[in-house]
This record gives sequence, structure tokens and C-alpha cells, in this order.
Amino acid sequence: MGLSLVIGCSLAYITLLFLIAWWVDKRAERGVSVVNNPYIYALSLAVYCTAWTFFGSVGRATTGGLSFLGVYLGPTLLAPLWYVLLRKMILISKHQRITSIADFISARYGKSTLLGVLVTVIAVLGIVPYISIQLKAVTFGINTLTHYGSGPAPLPASILLDAGFWVTVAMAVFTAIFGTRKLDPNERHEGLVAAVAFESIIKLVTFTAVGLFVTFGIYNGFNDLFTQAAFREDTARMLTFESSGVTTFSWNVLMMLSLFAIILLPRQFHISVVENTSPRHIPKAMWVFPLYLLLINIFVLPIALAGKMMFDAGVHPDTYVLSLPLAKGAAWLALAAFIGGFSAATSMVVVEATALSIMFSNHIVVPLLIKTRSIGDNDLVNGAARLLDIRRISILLMLFLAYWYQKSVGNTYDLVSVGLISFTAAAQLAPAMIGGLYWKRATHQGAVTGLIVGFFIWAFCLPLPSMAQAGIISNTFVSEGLFGIAFLKPYALFGMTGLDPITHAAFWSLFLNAWAYAIVSVNTQPSMLSLTQADLFVNIHKYISGQEYDILKREAKIGDLKAILHRFLGEARALTLLNEYQTANNVLLDNQKIAQADLISFVETNLAGAIGAASARLVIDSVAKEEQITLDEVMRILEQTREAVQHSRIMETKNEQLKVLTLQLTTANVQLKQLDRLKADFITTVTHELRTPVTSIKALSRIILDDYDQLDAGRRKAYLEIIVNESDRISRLINQVLDIEKMRSEQQAQPVDSVDLREIVLTTAAGMQQLFAERHVTCSLPPPGESLQVQGDRDKLIQVVVNLLSNALKFCDQDSGNIKIDLQCKDQYVLLGVRDNGLGIPIHARDMIFEQFTQLHSHDQGKPQGTGLGLFITRKIVEQHGGTIRVESEPGEGSLFEVKLPLFKQ
Amino acid sequence: MPYFYTEFKIKTNQITVHISDSAAKILVVDDEPNIIVALEYLLQREGYEVFKAYNGQDALDMLVSLVPDVVVLDVMMPGMDGFEVARRIRQMPALELAKIIFLTAKGTQRDKESGYASGAEYYMIKPFENEVFVSTVNEIMAYG
Repeated sequence: MGLSLVIGCSLAYITLLFLIAWWVDKRAERGVSVVNNPYIYALSLAVYCTAWTFFGSVGRATTGGLSFLGVYLGPTLLAPLWYVLLRKMILISKHQRITSIADFISARYGKSTLLGVLVTVIAVLGIVPYISIQLKAVTFGINTLTHYGSGPAPLPASILLDAGFWVTVAMAVFTAIFGTRKLDPNERHEGLVAAVAFESIIKLVTFTAVGLFVTFGIYNGFNDLFTQAAFREDTARMLTFESSGVTTFSWNVLMMLSLFAIILLPRQFHISVVENTSPRHIPKAMWVFPLYLLLINIFVLPIALAGKMMFDAGVHPDTYVLSLPLAKGAAWLALAAFIGGFSAATSMVVVEATALSIMFSNHIVVPLLIKTRSIGDNDLVNGAARLLDIRRISILLMLFLAYWYQKSVGNTYDLVSVGLISFTAAAQLAPAMIGGLYWKRATHQGAVTGLIVGFFIWAFCLPLPSMAQAGIISNTFVSEGLFGIAFLKPYALFGMTGLDPITHAAFWSLFLNAWAYAIVSVNTQPSMLSLTQADLFVNIHKYISGQEYDILKREAKIGDLKAILHRFLGEARALTLLNEYQTANNVLLDNQKIAQADLISFVETNLAGAIGAASARLVIDSVAKEEQITLDEVMRILEQTREAVQHSRIMETKNEQLKVLTLQLTTANVQLKQLDRLKADFITTVTHELRTPVTSIKALSRIILDDYDQLDAGRRKAYLEIIVNESDRISRLINQVLDIEKMRSEQQAQPVDSVDLREIVLTTAAGMQQLFAERHVTCSLPPPGESLQVQGDRDKLIQVVVNLLSNALKFCDQDSGNIKIDLQCKDQYVLLGVRDNGLGIPIHARDMIFEQFTQLHSHDQGKPQGTGLGLFITRKIVEQHGGTIRVESEPGEGSLFEVKLPLFKQ
Repeated sequence: MPYFYTEFKIKTNQITVHISDSAAKILVVDDEPNIIVALEYLLQREGYEVFKAYNGQDALDMLVSLVPDVVVLDVMMPGMDGFEVARRIRQMPALELAKIIFLTAKGTQRDKESGYASGAEYYMIKPFENEVFVSTVNEIMAYG
């Protein structure tokens, strides 16, 4: 068969698909949705059946017998649950304008950018092998048709002569045209869905045609075929489970993988959730889709048996669907079968690559552009066109990555084995996805950890060893384990042997992924946005039933929101949307006004349709400010998170304050104790000082009273004088104690009056002349002169002078006493000196005399007549006036007390 | 005025008879001169020979030659305090018969205990009753 015929038919078929898509899109623009039909919905779901099914199942059946069925039993088993699971996913996605599975998981965990990136990376890398087998299937389909009977296809001399290369280019162009024709805010592509549904019919019809041809054309019906097969050892083997070499455990894992794949593969999510026109289609799809799977699998075993019986090892089992008609000369049927396989491959590639490109642009490129401010405020570049370009480039990149994988790795494996690598990757999304739908406590951190753990184990156990076997990377880690550790062999992780690589990898990656997800979730606190999203996802029915409300109160300028819509959706679409909003809400949007919360949500959800929830949130955040939260539901969430955080913050601050207070209290307590001890000492001393004069007074007055007559007059007088003096001593003591108490209470009080110290000294000295004369003491006064102003309390300063003079009087020479008062001004200070000619003060006592109750004694006279408080009080007064007092003394030469007070300047 | 001619003191294994035909000697130690004036009058009135000291060191110096029958001691004095003076007296063999009376303004129970511990026979608190002070000294001189 000529190459040009094959290419011509393929192109004609693709043109037909375009026409279908074009017609459906046209109808959709006129408001008639052709795909809004449960049967079309169910048929579009059959995008699940790819070239793997079309060519690979037969190949699988020849080696693994009935095990090929596992991949279809999973989805069939899950189908009854669609009404619960799929419906919930659809309701959430429509409510949140979710456009991909990455968007879904990211939105569930607080519109996390990181999760969007993570899911996208897992999906792109995980699905590349899957896309590669489609390319491979189409390539060897072409090779089989064009080179049948002339031996294996020759190796292409250059990449430009390689059919695979041109298949890749064609697929990329085809996908770009189908998937990125326009930017729909909801990522709905009705034309695409219609084409996919049509392709599903072609797949089923052509495969069944081959099956019928083999069963009834080559053989005489099922009976004949199976009877003949039963007589051959190699084909009889294929009819039993036991001989297939598949363990029950592998079988279960296989079913589980396919069960997850039907909802988690990006293209399945896209078709079943994003492209879904109404949840009402689900009940029909629940039986139509399994029926489709049953029908397309009926002839797998007959074709496999027939191929096995007719061909030797020279014909690859994956090509039986084409080789059998060719061998029997039915070239037209072979061509039709190729078109069927081509349909399976193109529908898969187009939908998958479109879904992945949406994820790639919305979760990796756009957040990057927003973060790096490449989409600036005054960016006039048409955001919509730019977004489509990004998607086209990403489609091209992904397809060539798949081409490279197929060239370097894929050729060494059969279709199904490579496909299962992708199934295992997609299954890694299961814990985050299903947990997110039903477990409110699941956190962002848990989802991230689970995905990373699952992804790395998957990569380590499946694609890396396959690349090692293909010779791209060193093989030592496969045979000896990572770092030479036997426990880290990718096919026998942690010493688990006896499983095939897929089962092994699926077990470990999903097991550890789920545990990491659960354990980290339980041990972390969800963010507030994550909590509100969790509530929305888990209890979506509460939100759908009319009471849609905004959880976060936000503010943004209407002008800013309009600009954003223009940039990302294009001018026309933005205008339509805004007009719709104005009519629906009966308002006029003024650019300068602040937008209502519902307008912000309206813009965000429409934007989410174009660039994904996480990106839309980033864009809206750039112009909107979040305000406080008002709703009851959120208040409850607040209780759990924000309040707890605030409480702990308050507690922390309080704790700090307490520490400081405790320190202050401890210090104060030490000071108080010290003060208390000082006070107790003071009181003890004061009582003692009071008892002493009382003792003399009491004893002597008693003597006078008892022995009045016996006492001579001289003695009586002497005793009475003592009594008077001691009484004076008591009153003096009492006054001084009161003075000290008064000084203590007004320690901080500042003296206010300006007084003349010279006048005070002269007046006071004059007042004491009588005393000096009685004691025969001469006193030299300072000369009258200019006033020496100091700031202070006149009475207190008088007390200072009196104390100093009394002190000098007390201690000066008994026989020829002399006191010299000196007053001078020096360096902004007034110096008052009082000199006596007494015994002087011993060196050890000079510091003590200014303390309370320190008195000097002389050997033969005992204690002088004083209280021990005079100089202490004098010092205190001087210090209160900002001055100092000091003493100079030579034993035997007398003492000089010098007071230094600051001069007051007007 | 009463005079005391004999005094008997029984010690462990001998009888010492102290005979004096002069007036009993009393040393008054206080740093308050006015209190000494009063004490001097009261004791002289009773016929005792009174000696005066204004601080602890002076008192100890006088005691060596004086050997008084009674020492009246103040506690709070400059330099050596009364308790220390009492302890030193009790270390002097020549003064083993001398009686010590504390007369002080320090009146707590702890002060009293310190006083007795330092070797005093009596502890009186200022201000005192003249009669009580005099009769105490008389009792000591009569009965030991």
C-alpha cells in the first residue's frame, strides 16, 4: 500500500474531523449546544480508549491473557460511583470555574500556586510516555501498512525521513488548531468534544469490523476460533488467568490504577469535568461508557488468538489488528483499521495535550509572568493572544518530548507497559484529590508532601530504570541500588521482590504518598483560605443551593478590574461580560468607583476560566485588598485558626511583659527589703536614742522628788538643768526624725525660690551670737557684699547654717573657741566654709559623720549633746539643692566643713 | 549606812572568806554622762564607793587595779560594747567574785540572752525605777 494513500486518507479524515468541529462550534456560537447530550458525553469519555486499547490490548492478550481486561474493569467498577464522585467534582469545578486537574487540586488547598506547579509537573512528565505510545502506534501503523510483506521497516536515514517525526509534527499542528483555536473563559471546546465523540464511534466500528472479519471471515465464528485455539498450547494458555502469570495482587493494583486513571488522567478530567455541559448527563454515561468498554473489548481475544495462531514471532502482536486483514488481502479493512487506530491516537493526543497545555500555561507560565511582572499594569500586549501562543508552544514541546521518549526508551517496551507508567503517575494525584473531596482536615502541606513523595518514588521506580535500560543514564542504580544500597533497588524497593515493576512501583508510591499526605495533614494547620476552600469542596451542595456567597470581603477599583478583564480575555469578551453584569445587576460601572464584592468574584471566576484559579487569585490580589471577614461560617473557621494564632501571639507578648514585670518586681522587692531593713534599723536606733534621755530625766527627777530636802540647792539646780537639756534633746530628736521623714517623702521636689545665701548666713550667725558668747567662742563672719543667689528653700538653708554652726560650737576648743565662717563664689558655685579649732575628726570617721546616728565621742566626756542626725540632715538638704558637702580635718587642728551650692543665674 | 564585813562564797572544795572593812566598790560604765550622774547619786546614797568609766576600754583598764564588787554596764557604747566588756571580766581570775549588772536601752529577749551568756548576773532595761535599781544592787551585795 502506498504511503501517499495512507497519508491522503489520514488527511481526509482529519479534514472531516475539522468540519465536524467547525460545524459544532458554529452551532455553539448561535447558542445551540450539539454536545449537550448524554450519549455524546459518554462517547467523548471513551477518549479513555487510545491506541493502547486499539493496538495494545491485543498485544497484551497474547502475553498476559485476560489481564488486559484489568484496565477496563477499574473504570467499570467505578462507574456506579460517578453519580456521587464525578457529580461532586463537576459541581465544584463549575462553581469555581476550574479548568484542569491541577487547577482543581490547587484550588482545593487554598488556591496554592505551588500545588498547581506540582500537579502540572507530575502530569506533564507522567503523561509523556503515554503520548509517546500514541506516536509510536501511528508510526508503526503507517510502517505496517506501507511495508507489509517486505520485511521490517528500514531505519530512517535522517530524522526528516522518519515517519514518527512527521507524525509528531502533524499531531502538534492538529492539536494546536483544535485545542487553542480560541480562548474560552470556561475552557469549553464543543467542537473538540464532538470530534472526540465521533472518533470514539470510528474506533469502535473499525475495531469491531476487524473483529468480525477475523472471527467470521477467517474463522467460522467464535466457536471455531476458540476451539482451534484450545488445541494449541500457546493459545490455550491465553484463555486462563492462572497461566497469564498475573498474580491476584497485580490484578488488583492494575484495577486500582485504571480506576484512578478514569478520573485523574488530565484528559479524562478535561472531558468528564471541564467539558461537561450538565451533571444530568452522568446517569446515562454511567451505563453507556461501561457498555462501550465492553463492546470494544469483545474482539480483543479473538484477534489475539487468531494472530498468535497465524503469525510467527516476526509479526509484533501490537500490529495484529492491521496485519490480519493485510494477510488476508483485505487492504481496505486494514486501512479502515488504521484510521480507527489513528482516531484513538489523535483523540488522546489532542485532548491530553490541550489539557496539559492549559495546566502548563495557567500554573507555570502565567504565575511566573505575574510574579516577574511581565504582565504589567500598562501592558498593551493582548493577554489572550499571548496565552494562546504559550499553549501552542507548550503543546509542541510536550509532543517533541514524547517523540524523544518514544525514540530513546519507548521502542524497547510494548504499548501497554509504557501506558501503565503514565497510569501510575496519574494515580499519584489520588490521595490529594479524593482526600480533598471528603476530608476537610487535609492541608496544603499534606497534599504537597504526598505528591512529592509519590512523584519521586514513581520516577525512581519506573521512568528512570527504563531510561537506564535504554542506555540514557547509568544502569548501576538498577542492579545494585541507589548509592549501592540494596534496599534502594528501583525494582525491589525496601527488599520487596516478586512483583512486576508496575505493581511494585504503584504499591510503594501510592502507599507512601497516602501516608505522607495523611500524617502531614494531621500535623499541620491549614491556612484560612485553605479552610474556606476545604469547606466549599467538601460541602459543595451547601454552596450550590442558591446561597452562593463571598467569603472574603475585598475591595478594588472598577477600572482596575476592567483592565484585567481586557488583558486576559480580550476586549470583545470583556465588554460582553461587563455588559452582562451591568444588565443582570442593573448597575452602571464607573471606573473610579470601588467595586462591590460580587463584581470582584464575577471577574475572578471569569478570569479563573482563562488562567486558572491560582493565577486569577494572584491577578486579583494585585488590585484588590482583602478586608475583614463577616460571615458566620468564616467566623467559625476563624475560631480555629486566626484566633488561635492571635491568642498565642497575645500570650507571647503577655509572657514577655510578665518576664519584664517579674524582673522589675524582683528588683523592687530587693530594694523594698533593703529599705525595710534600713527602716527597722532606723527605728531601733531612734528608740534607743529616745530611751537614753528619758532614762536620765526619769532617774534625776525621781531623785529630786524623793530626796528633795536632802539635796543641796546646787545639786538640785544641776540635776534640773540636765533634765531640761535632755528634754530638749528629745524634742530635737523628734523634730529631726520628722525632718528626715519629710525629706524622704519630698525627695524629688525641686527648690523654687531664689535666695541670697550671704544674707542667710549673716542673719543666722547674728541670731546665734548669744550662744557663742555663753561658750566664750569667737566667731568671724564673712564681710557683707554682693548677694550670692542660690535656688532653694530658705528655711532649709537656714537649717544647714544652724547645723554647721552648732556642730562647730560643740566641737571647738573648750577654753578659746574660735569659729570662722567663709563665703565665696567660684566657678558658678557658692562655697560656704565653717571652720572650728577643736580636736578634729579622725580619718576613719570622716566618711561616717554624714550618716545617721554617727556621733563622735571623747574619752573623758562621753557622748556630746547631740542626736547624731544633724550632719545627716544637713547633707540631705545640701544634696536636695544640687550641692555637696565635705569635711577637711587635721587632728588637733580643728575641722573645716564646706558646702558647695550651684549659683543661680537670672 | 550599811557596811558589809564578811562575805562567804562556797567553791568546789574550799571555803574562801572575803573580808572587807571598807565600803563596797561599784564601777559604773556608760557613755551617757547624765545617766552616770544619776547612778552615782543613787549608789552613793546607799553608801557604796562609786567609780565611773565612759567607755568599755577605760572600764577594763580601771578594773585591774580596782577589783570592784559590782560592775554596772551599758551595752551600746562607742568602741567596745558592754557584752564584750562582760566577757573580758569573766576571763579575769581576780574578778571572779565581781557581779555584773547590765543597764541598757536594748530590751529585746535576744539582747537579754546575749547579756546572760556574756556572764552577767542581772539585766535591767532603761529607763529604770530608782528603787528597783537600788534594791537590786543591795540584794546582790547581801546574798551574792
